[in-house]
Amino acid sequence: MALDKPYLDVPGTTIFDAEQSRKGYWLNQFCMTLMKAENREVFKANERAYLDQWAMSEEQKQAVLARDLNRCISLGGNIYFLAKIGATDGKSFQQMAGSMTGMTEEEYREMMIKGGRSVVGNRVIGEDGDAQAHHQPQGQHSPLGAH
Amino acid sequence: MAHISASVYTSHVPAIGAALDLGKSSEPYWQPLFKGYEYSKQWLKDNTPDVIFLVYNDHATAFSLDFIPTFAIGCAAEFQPADEGWGPRPVPKVQGHPELASHIAQSVIQQDFDLTIVNKMDVDHGLTVPLSLMCGQPSAWPCPVIPFAVNVVQYPIPSGNRCFQLGRAIQRAIQSFDEPLNVQIWGTGGMSHQLQGPRAGLINKEFDARFMDLLIASPEEAAAIPHINYVREAGSEGIELVMWLIARGAMADVNGGAPVELLHRFYHVPASNTAVGHAILKNN
Repeated sequence: MALDKPYLDVPGTTIFDAEQSRKGYWLNQFCMTLMKAENREVFKANERAYLDQWAMSEEQKQAVLARDLNRCISLGGNIYFLAKIGATDGKSFQQMAGSMTGMTEEEYREMMIKGGRSVVGNRVIGEDGDAQAHHQPQGQHSPLGAH
Repeated sequence: MAHISASVYTSHVPAIGAALDLGKSSEPYWQPLFKGYEYSKQWLKDNTPDVIFLVYNDHATAFSLDFIPTFAIGCAAEFQPADEGWGPRPVPKVQGHPELASHIAQSVIQQDFDLTIVNKMDVDHGLTVPLSLMCGQPSAWPCPVIPFAVNVVQYPIPSGNRCFQLGRAIQRAIQSFDEPLNVQIWGTGGMSHQLQGPRAGLINKEFDARFMDLLIASPEEAAAIPHINYVREAGSEGIELVMWLIARGAMADVNGGAPVELLHRFYHVPASNTAVGHAILKNN
């Protein structure tokens, strides 16, 4: 019998469950090593060589090199692990989270100051909120233009 | 006999720690947030407990994917602030209370909650930011702290009801400790926020207000909220709110005692990506 996963119909959201964790095991474990200052230096000096030390897929390595956090998450990464990459780059959680929306840093910060993203239209896949697939990317790069 | 005198609820956003550590707390962006904790800082000064039992979650800091304990109790004599990738926060080390912690571990496990006992771990912003919010920037924290880490990172995580019942077991454990200690229990994390994907930045003030109402007045009802409601309504990281239910379950009114008193309630949007909620409940 399949496991109960009632969270698969939430738009723009990947729940880090046991299956995602298995997929992302080495990606996430690589991130953990960036909690040591000396490892951060080695990583920054030659990212590719550093990544090659772990049994990550080529796709996962490319996603890290491109700092494509959405891709990292779809490949099993979890934001609290991936945050170690952001910290190594000197990025805040807000900059990291914002990067996954397509918005510029300014646009995302502005959205938060105005009270954040509304849940309306963003509860279930198929509604018409700004987090739905057909509205990506958001912000000035949106096919609909800035709004 | 030890007793629980009060419970504190607060978000634990890392950017709040950074704002304090970098001297930005008087900037217009942060001022309203810290203002909401002025009452609380004075209250804690006037009502410093002997021990704080601090419920928080580790953010892939002490616990990587090597092992993922659902409930972990820190029994060590001290805990160092962790390097989460930015270098450790410049805050005091955390003194534990090994005697009370191991007493609670034994009592709670005998009540069928199978805790993981941790004798060595660093503590991340989940634990140190609530201390900073409530204590400011002292050279030492005002009392020993027992860290209690809950897995809310990898699903499945414990249900709200499981957390609430665990809080009740913790209350019984504390009450059976022979020394006359004054203990506070803190529940941290939340409120609505999502840090990932195109839905990042989600905030739901209505959900948060309703959750606070229920937490205070109808905690059993709050404990019955299923995971999916947190995810859908309060964002994927809003699930941290289940940790508040552990603290709430340890209060007297839900364990056959007198009604609790609400001393303080505060809510602010945003701190970075997050809605900040805060409350203090006192046992009478």
